[in-house]
Amino acid sequence: MSDNILEMKNITKTFPGVKALDNVNFSVKRGEIHCLVGENGAGKSTLMKVLSGVYGFGTYSGDIVYDNEVVRFKNIADSEQKGIAIIYQELALIPELSVYENIFFGHEIMKGKTIDWNETIVRADEMLKKVRLNVDPSMKVKNLGVGNQQLVEIAKALSKNVKLLILDEPTASLNEDDSKNLLELIKELKKQGVTCIMISHKLKEVKAIADTITVLRDGATICSLDGTEKEISEAEIIKNMVGREIDNIYPARINHKISDKIVFEIKDWTVEDPLKGREILHNVNMKIREGEIVGLQGLMGAGRTELALSIFGNTPHYNITSGELVMEGRTLNIRSPREAINEGIAYVSEDRKGNGLILIQDIKYNNTIANLKELTDGIVINANEEIKVSNFYKDSINIKAPSIEQKVGNLSGGNQQKVQLAKWMFVHPKLLILDEPTRGIDVGAKFEIYTLMNRLVEEGMSIIMISSELPEVLGMSDRLYVMSEGTITGELEALEATEEKVMALAIKH
Amino acid sequence: MTEINEVSEKKTQNILSEIGQLVVKNIRDYMMYIVLVGIIIFFTVTTDGSFISAGNISNLFNQAAYVAVLAIGMTVILILRQIDLSVGYVAGFSGAVCAILLTNYGWPVWIVIPLVILIGVFIGFYQGMLVTGVGVPAFVTTLAGMFIFRGLLGVATSKTGTIIIKNKAYLALNNGFIPDFKNDTGYHLVTIFIGIVAVVCVLVTQIQNRKSKEKYNFNVVSMPIFVVGMILVSCVIMLIITVLAKDQGIPWSAVIVAVVLLCYNFILNKTRLGRYVYGIGGNDQAAELSGVNVKKVTLIAFMAMSGLAALAGILYSSRLASATPTAGNAFEMDAIASSYIGGVAVSGGVGKVTNTIIGTLVIMSLTNGMNLMGVDTFMQYIVKGIIFILAVAFDVTTRRKNR
Repeated sequence: MSDNILEMKNITKTFPGVKALDNVNFSVKRGEIHCLVGENGAGKSTLMKVLSGVYGFGTYSGDIVYDNEVVRFKNIADSEQKGIAIIYQELALIPELSVYENIFFGHEIMKGKTIDWNETIVRADEMLKKVRLNVDPSMKVKNLGVGNQQLVEIAKALSKNVKLLILDEPTASLNEDDSKNLLELIKELKKQGVTCIMISHKLKEVKAIADTITVLRDGATICSLDGTEKEISEAEIIKNMVGREIDNIYPARINHKISDKIVFEIKDWTVEDPLKGREILHNVNMKIREGEIVGLQGLMGAGRTELALSIFGNTPHYNITSGELVMEGRTLNIRSPREAINEGIAYVSEDRKGNGLILIQDIKYNNTIANLKELTDGIVINANEEIKVSNFYKDSINIKAPSIEQKVGNLSGGNQQKVQLAKWMFVHPKLLILDEPTRGIDVGAKFEIYTLMNRLVEEGMSIIMISSELPEVLGMSDRLYVMSEGTITGELEALEATEEKVMALAIKH
Repeated sequence: MTEINEVSEKKTQNILSEIGQLVVKNIRDYMMYIVLVGIIIFFTVTTDGSFISAGNISNLFNQAAYVAVLAIGMTVILILRQIDLSVGYVAGFSGAVCAILLTNYGWPVWIVIPLVILIGVFIGFYQGMLVTGVGVPAFVTTLAGMFIFRGLLGVATSKTGTIIIKNKAYLALNNGFIPDFKNDTGYHLVTIFIGIVAVVCVLVTQIQNRKSKEKYNFNVVSMPIFVVGMILVSCVIMLIITVLAKDQGIPWSAVIVAVVLLCYNFILNKTRLGRYVYGIGGNDQAAELSGVNVKKVTLIAFMAMSGLAALAGILYSSRLASATPTAGNAFEMDAIASSYIGGVAVSGGVGKVTNTIIGTLVIMSLTNGMNLMGVDTFMQYIVKGIIFILAVAFDVTTRRKNR
C-alpha cells in the first residue's frame, strides 16, 4: 500500500479558449494536511473540481489514483461514495433548515421508507461533538454565525465517513477566533486519520498548519514544499506563487503629506435595523482628513459594513435615528446611494459577486454604470467615449483581460476587484470606502491594489478601509478606528498601533 | 501557380473555420432564424405556396401586430426578472373602452386612442406601485390583474355583447395599407421607396458600427463574411418589400410595430434607462448600490407594458372591427413565448427586442400556417407549446455551455 492517498497525474483541463490546468501532477500523503496555494486563476479550484467529480471523467485528460486505484468520477456523488468531501468557500447549507436536517441532507437516515428523525438527531449530535460545536441541533442554520456554519459543513462531511476532506478557503470569511478554532479542528481530524487538502490565501495559516505545500501557477505545478522538516518562509511561498520577489507587502507612501483639512465627518451616528428593531450603531463619531487612509477594524458583526452602508444611503435597510454627516463643512442629507454618489462618496462592496458587480455584463458596462451621466449627451450614451474611458481604466490599473468586452463573471477575483475599483474611481469620489478590498484575492493583485490606494490618496482622495486582516489594516492605514458591537471603542495613530492593542479594543464592550 | 492556389486554399480554410466559430458562438441566434426559415418552408410546401403569397404575408403581419407589441414590452419585463400576466385582459378591456367611446359615444379617434393608451399607462402605474412600493410579487399582482380586467371586460360588454366598430380611420390601423401615389407601374412606389431607405439605413449603421469597432481593435467578422451577411440582409428586406409592393403595399400595422420596436431598441441600447434595465436584471442589488433607482425603473417598465397592452387592444379590436367579451384570452401566453423564443434569458438580464420580433414571427407563423392547413385550435396550442419548450431548453443548455 502506497503512503499516498491521492495521486493526480498529468491532469489537463481546458475551457473554451483557456487551458486551466496544464499537465498538473499533485500527490497527497495519507493523513497529512496539504495546502494548495497559488494566485487566483492559478487553477486550484479547477483541480479540486476535477478531483471531486464536478468536472466529470472525460472532460479532462490524465489519471487520478485514489487509495491505490484509478478512479473515474462522473459526478460528486461518485467521489463522495469513495470518501472525498469538498467544502466550498460559499457554503452549501440550506438556511431555513435545522442543523441536523442539513447534516444529513442528501444521505438521510432511513427506517424503511421514511426518514428516521430520532436517529438523525442523535447522530447529528455525535457529529457536532466531533467538530466541537456546542449548539442545539434543531436550531435553524441561518441563526448560526459563519464560523459555526463552517463547522456544520465539516460535520456534514464527517457524517459521510470522509477520508479526504477538501476545504476551499475555509477561513476567508471567518474572524481570527473562528479561524483559529477551525485550524485546531483540522489538526484534530488529522489525528483521527482524515487527510485534508486546504486551499488558502492566508500564508500565515498555511505555514502554521501545512505538512506539505503545493504551489500552482498559471495552471501548472511549480513546486511541492515539505513543511515538516524545516520551516518554509512566507517569502519563499510568495516567490513561487508570483514568480518574482515582492520585497514589501505593503508599499510605502513616500513624500506623502496628509493635509489638516477634514474632508468628512460622522457625528453621533446612531442607526437602527428596521427589521429587527434594535440599534446596530450607537453614537459613532469619525473624522477623515484629505489624503488619509483610515482603517476601520473590528470583529465580524461589529457593525463596520453597516456603518458604511448607512452612510452610503442604503436607507430601506437602515433606520438612521440620529446623527449628521458633514462633507467639507456642509451637512449632507443622503437618502439613496445615488445621492451619496452625487455628494462624492463611493462604496466598494465586500461582496463583489453578490452586490458589487453585474457578472453577466462586460468590463465596460460595469466600469461606467455608476456614472453614465458623464457619458451622456442629451439622452444618448456616447459609446465611443465609453470605450475610451473603459480602456483608460483597464490600462491604468492593469485589469488583465483580452478586451473590455470580456464578461466580468469570467475574470479572476483580483481582476473583478479591479473592475469594482475602476467603476468607483470613475465617479471621482472625495471619499472612497473600501470594504474588505483584498478578500479572497492573491498576493500579486493585493500588492497592486495597495499601490493603487497609495496613488489615490496622493492625488488627494480620502479612503476608509474596512478589513478583517489585522496586518493589512496596520500596514496600510495612517490612522485607525476600532469598533465593537456598534460603537467606536478606540482610535489609534498608525505608529502607536499594534495587533495586541487593536484586538484589545475590538473585544471591548 | 501552385503557390497562388495554396494561398487561396488557406484563405477559404480560414473563412470556413471562422464561420464554424461564429456558428458555435451564436448558435442560439442562428437557431432561431433556422427554425423560422424551416417553418416558412414547411408551410409553403404544405399550403402549395399560399403561405408566402403577398396577401397572406400582409395577413400575417396584421395577425402578428398585437402579439409583437405585447412581446416587445414583455421582453423588458422579463429582462427585469418580473412578469406581467395581466396584459391579455388589459388589452381586451382597452379594446372594449375604445369600442364604447367610438360607437356608443361617437368620440373622435384622435382623442380615443391617446386616452385609452393613457388609461393603460395608469393601469401599469397601479400594478407597478403594488410590485415596487408595496412589495407584492409581480406574479401575484398581475394574476390579480388578470381577474380584475377580465371582469371589467365582461362588465363593459355585458349589456351589448360584442360591440361593432365602424370608424374607418380606426379600422385602417390594423386592416389598411399605407397610401401611394397614383401610378400605373403595378407596384406600390412608396413601399419600394421605404424598402430602399431601410436597406440604406441598415447598411450605413452596420458599416459605421464595424468601423468604430475596428478603430478600437475589437473583434469583427472578416470582410467576406460581413459583405455576404449584408447582401443577405438586404436581399431579404427587398424580397419582402417587392412581394408587398406588388400587392397593396405595407400594412399600417407593420408601421406601428416598427415604430414601437425602434423606440424600444433605441432606449435599451442607447440610453441610461436601458442600461439600468439590463443591470437590474443582472444583479438588482449591485445596480441599487451603483446608484440606480431600481424601483423607478421597474415602475416605468410596468407602465410602458400596460400602455403597450392598451395599444395591442386597440390593434386587435381594429382587426376584428369589434370588441368581444373574450378578447385578450391567452395573449400573455403568446407574448411570453415570443420573448423566450427570441432569446430572453430565463434567469433575466439578457434579451433583445429585435430578436423578440423573430420569436413573434415564429409563433404567429405557426398560428397562421396551421390555420391555413385547417389544424384544430387545440392542436395548435400543443404544437406551439412544444416549440416553446424546445426553444427554452435549447437556450438553457447553450447558455450553460458558453459559461
